[in-house]
Order: sequence, then structure tokens, then C-alpha cells
Amino acid sequence: MIARREHILNFSTLAVLGLLFFVVSDYHDGNLARIMVLAVYAVGYNLLFGYTGLLSLGHALFFAVGMYGLALPMHHLDFNPVAGFASGLVCAAMVSLIIGFLALRTAGVAFMIVTLMFAQAGFLLSLYFGKYTRGDEGFVIQQADRVLLGFDFTDPTIRYFAAFMLFASAFLLIGWLIRTPYGKTLIAIRENEDRAKMLGYDVHFHKLMAIILSGTLSGASGAAYAFLFGYAGATFASVQYSILPLLWVLLGGAGTTIGPLIGTVFAFYLIDISSDFTTAHLLVVGAAIVLLTLFAPHGLAGEIRNRVFRWLP
Amino acid sequence: MEFGPHLFLAILEGAITAAVISLTAVGLSIVFGIMRVVNVAHGEFFMLGAVFAWWTAITVGGHPALGFIAAIIVAPLAVGTIAALADRLVLSRLDYDPERTIVATIGLLYVFQQVTLMTFGPDARPVEPPFNHRIAIPWFEFNESGIDLFWPWGLSTTSYKLAVIAAAIIIVSAVWLFLNRTQFGLTMRATQLDSEMATAFGIPVRRVYSIVFGLGAAMAALGAVLIVPVQQAHYLMGGDPLLLSFIVVIIGGLGSLPGTILAAVIVGMSDGIISVFFSPTLAKILATLLVALVLIFKPQGLFGKNVS
Repeated sequence: MIARREHILNFSTLAVLGLLFFVVSDYHDGNLARIMVLAVYAVGYNLLFGYTGLLSLGHALFFAVGMYGLALPMHHLDFNPVAGFASGLVCAAMVSLIIGFLALRTAGVAFMIVTLMFAQAGFLLSLYFGKYTRGDEGFVIQQADRVLLGFDFTDPTIRYFAAFMLFASAFLLIGWLIRTPYGKTLIAIRENEDRAKMLGYDVHFHKLMAIILSGTLSGASGAAYAFLFGYAGATFASVQYSILPLLWVLLGGAGTTIGPLIGTVFAFYLIDISSDFTTAHLLVVGAAIVLLTLFAPHGLAGEIRNRVFRWLP
Repeated sequence: MEFGPHLFLAILEGAITAAVISLTAVGLSIVFGIMRVVNVAHGEFFMLGAVFAWWTAITVGGHPALGFIAAIIVAPLAVGTIAALADRLVLSRLDYDPERTIVATIGLLYVFQQVTLMTFGPDARPVEPPFNHRIAIPWFEFNESGIDLFWPWGLSTTSYKLAVIAAAIIIVSAVWLFLNRTQFGLTMRATQLDSEMATAFGIPVRRVYSIVFGLGAAMAALGAVLIVPVQQAHYLMGGDPLLLSFIVVIIGGLGSLPGTILAAVIVGMSDGIISVFFSPTLAKILATLLVALVLIFKPQGLFGKNVS
């Protein structure tokens, strides 16, 4: 019964996203495509933060590695899109394996600072090798390169549904994963690490796998962003892009499957609307983070779960 | 310029960085040591200090020294008050939970930075130094008649830069005396050791926390007031001091004052030298990786005592 309610929720969410394309204006179609790609990033972040209880301040590294993993070979080595996307995923998985292996030797605040420092080193490296990455300025992936099997991914309709497919896969993957024994173990680690360890679970291995999965999903989002919107730049590796998924997940509700999407939609439009009034639109990000930690640490979906639908996954 | 004088100049610039960073890092270290709060908004208190210094200097007018003296009093007080307020309104309501306070201070970072952008604007603005004399530095050379002194072109500093180094030494010593030789310092150290026991002995722990947070921020502001005549005030200037103070505090051992100062000197000097001879970006890459590796393999810091 409970599983069926979850399926209904998952598929109606996806159905709404799919139908929205035909309802809203072109401007919002473009926004929604971006939101869905970024929501994949939030979904990846949520796996680690919301379900495993590890707070990383350096996920921009994985996002940027996925982005450059696709964009650099496509730009300099003429990779085709499939090879480029595969390269983005492999790079993100490798980097998250290394970072996870090192950072998991620490916990709590030290884990946050270590991930922050590695991400900062990654950002600075992308500036240091400005000859290839063109640093802050970034580079464009030409429209001619963004065609696959006759589909032109610069076309808004194709772009929208490519983003939709990617989001749907990530969303359903996590929905499935948290119902498997592996997912339940992650939640057990989040709730009480010592007890999970005492019950004989290999906590270290589970956490490492969670970092690799989370990092690879973030990398997939970065690679898709570069491919669908045709641009890769060092801004995406900066601290701000490590903070944003944290904001999205906090806003939407950590440890809920639908939270990352809700949070990304809200934050995106919050920033979009506020930048009409002021150049200091990051003020909204800051104020939202402070208010959320003070008054709604469980986020929107978390509050709904606490008050109305206790079954919410 | 030859290698010798060039290296000397790099060391001198490094010493100024070290002086300012030791003030900022001591502020961060006190806050972490006593409150166990990692303050990510610390760099923004530095930036606010510089902005208040500019504002005070403009308001006072007259001789640059007058404005500067006013700034060195007003800026740390104003920033300390803002920080104490932030502690009351935000941190204390989170019960100083380590992870939630980090997230909240990230939020505060953006709030301070963006409010400054809205009011102070995106331009970098200078503050005039109270005094500024160019001092040429002699260099030596060995030849057949023994040691020869000469003045190479470009090897010079200013009296103000030397004064910054002296001021930093005086301020850090004063803080050390304050922590170790006064009644309030004793109260602070008691709170650090065991806050519950301190409460039992009638120490108003919440108020001590607010004052400590304000004091930490005021130290950052003081560092900023000293450096702002050399480096202009800008709303994004908080990033580098934050990163460098983090590096210094972690390498020096969290909460250890002598370790922090030693690390500030080493990090400031090497930052200056690597920046001059290689590239500032490379210096920062090495520094960030060093912090991560120190935290992973030697979490008590390179000079810290072994605490569990």
C-alpha cells in the first residue's frame, strides 16, 4: 500500500513535469530545463546529505569535474557527445572515489572543511590551467557538436525532454535505492552510526559508495548542463556552486525524494525574481539559508511530512 | 632586480600578510576554541572592518591620521557589535550545534556581503595611510674590498607597512595578556574547558559567548583597518583572509594561540614568496591542499597539542 502511494507520487510528479512543457511559455520552458538538470545535482547531494547524513561543502568539485570531463574532450579532442558524457561520468566517479577515500578519514566539521578545501583546490586548478579551461570566462561548445543521431540538442523541445529524461532517471533511481537494503542501511547510518556499526554493517564502505554515487550524479548533472546549454566555465566550480545544492536540499527537505526538486524550483525562481529588483540577488540565498536553519530545518517537504503526509518517502 | 633583493622584498610583503592574517586568525581561533563554532562568515567581518574604516575616514575628514585613529576605534567596535547581535539572533538559537552553525554562518556570509554590495557598492575604495614615507633598503655585495653597501632600484618599503607589522605584534601580545592575565580572560578559559561547570559557578555563559564572538570579529576588523591603506576596501575582499585564516588555524592547531601565530608567520611568508616567484593561484592551491591533508592525517594541527 505504502509502496503504491510512492509510485503514484513519483509518476504524477514526472507527468506534471512532462506536461508543463506544453502549458507554460517558452521562457519558463528554458528555465524548467535548467531546473531539471540542476535538480539532478540536488538529488545527488541529497543522497549524501539527506540520506547518509554527511554534509559536504565541496560538491561543486564533482559538478565541475563532470562538466569539464565532458566539455574539455569535446572541445579539444573532438569527442562525440556519448563519449563526452561517458568521460564526464567516469571522471566524476574517479574523483569522488579519491575524495571520498581521503575525506572519510574525518567526520563532522572536519569533513565539511576537507571537502570545502578540495573543492577550492579544484576551482583554483581550473583557473591555473586557464590555457585549456579559459578560466572564469569559460568556453562555448559549438552548436554543430551538440547533435546526436540527428537530434539537435540546442532545440528547446529536445533540450527540455533530454533534461526531463535525465531527471526522471535520477529521481526514480533514488526512489528505488532508498527502498533497497542498501538505502535502508544508509538511513541507519544517518540515524545512529555507532549502532549501525555495532550491528555489523560496514559503515565506511557504505559511506564511500554513497559519496561515489552522489558525486557521479552531481557529475552527470554538470556534464548535462555543459552539453545542453553549451557552456563550461570556472564559476561552476566555485564555492557558490557547493552552497547552492545545500540550499536547494535544505529548502525542499533533506531526506525526502521530492525535496530536491521542490527546493531547486523555489530557489531558482526566488533568485530569478529577486534579480529583477537588485544585483545583490545572493542576499536572498543568504537570508533563506539563515531562516531555514533557524525555523524550518526539515525544509518544505519535511514540514509537509511532519504535519500532513507521514508516509512521504 | 637580482635574486637576493627580490627575495628580501617577497619576505617583507609576506611579513605584512603574516601580520594581518595572525590578527584575523587569532579571532577565528578564539571563537573556535571557546565556542566550538566554525565561523565561515569571519572573512566578511574582515571586509566589514575595512568598509567601516573607509566610512569613518570619509566622515571624519581632515588629516588622514585623524580619520585613521577614529577608524581603528570605530570599525572594530561596530563590527564586534554586529557579530554579538548575530550571535544572539542566530547562533544562540541553534544551541551552537556545530553543523547547523556552519550552515547558518554561510548564510550570514552572503547576507553581509550582499548588503555591503547594495549600500557600499561594487567599487574598491582607498583609505589614506596616516603616514607614509618611502624607505629605501640597502643591499650588500661581496667584492675584493670586502662588503659593499648599495641601494638597488625598486628595493624599498614604506614606513606604514613596517608600522603594520609592529602594530600586529603589539595587538597579539595584548590579546595574549588579556586571555591569560585578566579576570575576564579567566572566565573565558573556564567556559572553554567546561561550559556546564562554568554555568554552575555562576558564569553567564551565553553572554560570554556573545562577547567572544564579538571579540573574534573585532580582531578581524582590526586586521582589516591596518591593511586597508595598503589594499583597498571592496565587498568581495573577505574571501582571501577567510581562506588564509582557516589554513593558519588548522595548521597551527585549532584553539592553540602560539601555534596559530607561528603558522601565520609560516603561511604568510610562504604565500608571499610563492606568489612573487611563481603564481598567487599556485600558492593558494598548495595551501588549500595542505589544509585538507593536515586535517586528514594530523587533525590536531602541526603544532597543536594532542587533544582527543
